[in-house]
Amino acid sequence: MTTASDPASAEALHDVTLTVNGVFQQLRVPARRLLSDALRHDLRLTGTHVGCEHGVCGACTVLIESRPTRSCLVFAVSADGASITTVEGCLEPDGTLGDVQQAFQDCHALQCGFCTPGFITTITAYLEDHPNPTEDEAREAIGGNLCRCTGYQNIVAAVVRAAEIRRERTAT
Amino acid sequence: MKPAPFAYHRPSTVAEAAQLLAATQGKILAGGQSLIPIMSMRLASPAALVDLNHVPGLAAIDVTSTAVHIGALTRHAALEANDAAYLANPLLRRALRHVAHATIRNRGTTVGSIVHADPAAEMPAVLRLLGGIVEAVSSERGHRSIDSADFFVGPLESALQPDEVAVAATFPHPPGGSGSSWAEISRRHGDYGLVGVGSLVVLDEGRRITSASVCLISVGGTPVLVDVTDASSGTTYDAVDWTAALELVDAAIDPESDIHATAAYRRQLARVLTGRALAQATADAIARVAA
Repeated sequence: MTTASDPASAEALHDVTLTVNGVFQQLRVPARRLLSDALRHDLRLTGTHVGCEHGVCGACTVLIESRPTRSCLVFAVSADGASITTVEGCLEPDGTLGDVQQAFQDCHALQCGFCTPGFITTITAYLEDHPNPTEDEAREAIGGNLCRCTGYQNIVAAVVRAAEIRRERTAT
Repeated sequence: MKPAPFAYHRPSTVAEAAQLLAATQGKILAGGQSLIPIMSMRLASPAALVDLNHVPGLAAIDVTSTAVHIGALTRHAALEANDAAYLANPLLRRALRHVAHATIRNRGTTVGSIVHADPAAEMPAVLRLLGGIVEAVSSERGHRSIDSADFFVGPLESALQPDEVAVAATFPHPPGGSGSSWAEISRRHGDYGLVGVGSLVVLDEGRRITSASVCLISVGGTPVLVDVTDASSGTTYDAVDWTAALELVDAAIDPESDIHATAAYRRQLARVLTGRALAQATADAIARVAA
């Protein structure tokens, strides 16, 4: 962690390295740069959405070392060295829709889509530990994410459907 | 919604962290799940943050024959998932499941939650109920252990001095023959509880209640511990009447009205949840004796 300073503001800048969706990234940011802003502004990965910016809505959820985490509640400098997966990294290796994304399409689990990146990352990680969730468990799993359009019914269905798709894809 | 500028320090040892904290008069950053929103809303603008996240060895969970020891970087989720800690002290997992959302628990730390001393937070009450200890380090005065009875001073205020780093917490195992429970009601999934109650009930070999206590959150400036042993002891588990215990709790609490609930509603919830928690803890004690 070397330090420089921003000539415009005299604010200290810190060199941070992150592995984002498997790609090594280096950035130079002030300490107060939130990870959500570092992803969107510095790395131009605008798939991660910023809703409330105080940890309530879940839209900015990314995976840090495979665990769902609010990127608005982490300073980029503090995540130095971490491996991060954003919604851009939830695709299949061949670039087609990932299992959770496909399930969202199948079940019509999004309308405006603003909250969707946070749901996709959260559910992607959840299915690793819970490969066959019931509807109640699915509801619990998405309890930390707000959606103002859908009324959640189709998102719950999509969690269950995503688990199905994952099993199908693993079997073939 | 962006934090004010601050100086960032990344120590690699506890001693270095304590020195930096004293020198900068800053704040410790561990999980940041309370600190960062407070900073983003500009309710706090510390001049410096001392980041513990890169100090090795602080994330351990050590389950001994007498207690569960955790470090300053032990995430809520890690403690919740730890089977040895659950077997020794099921109350930890039961209460942790009420701490915010799973996503927050992945980053937030249990010691950080205790130090933050929010009167609506679960883990300070669990520490208080079990008679736990916070370990603190200062660069000038060295190490000290702070008993949970002395630790919680007021809302968001602990006995920790500005230059002290909380490095660990100890949750003693509940005694043999005991059962525990956590009961809580919140407006929405993952919100702070309108009221939450942790309970510990100890039975003797004749299944008589020898001690019973509850610790309540969101009904005072600090976790409110109420020993209800005298309101219950001597009776066997299936004949116990908790009415007197509810009166003791009612006299001990001082809930406030806010946007989420009136004081009167919180008082009602405290009675109902205390009864529920004591009954569940008693049933848990019976189940554990039978197992």
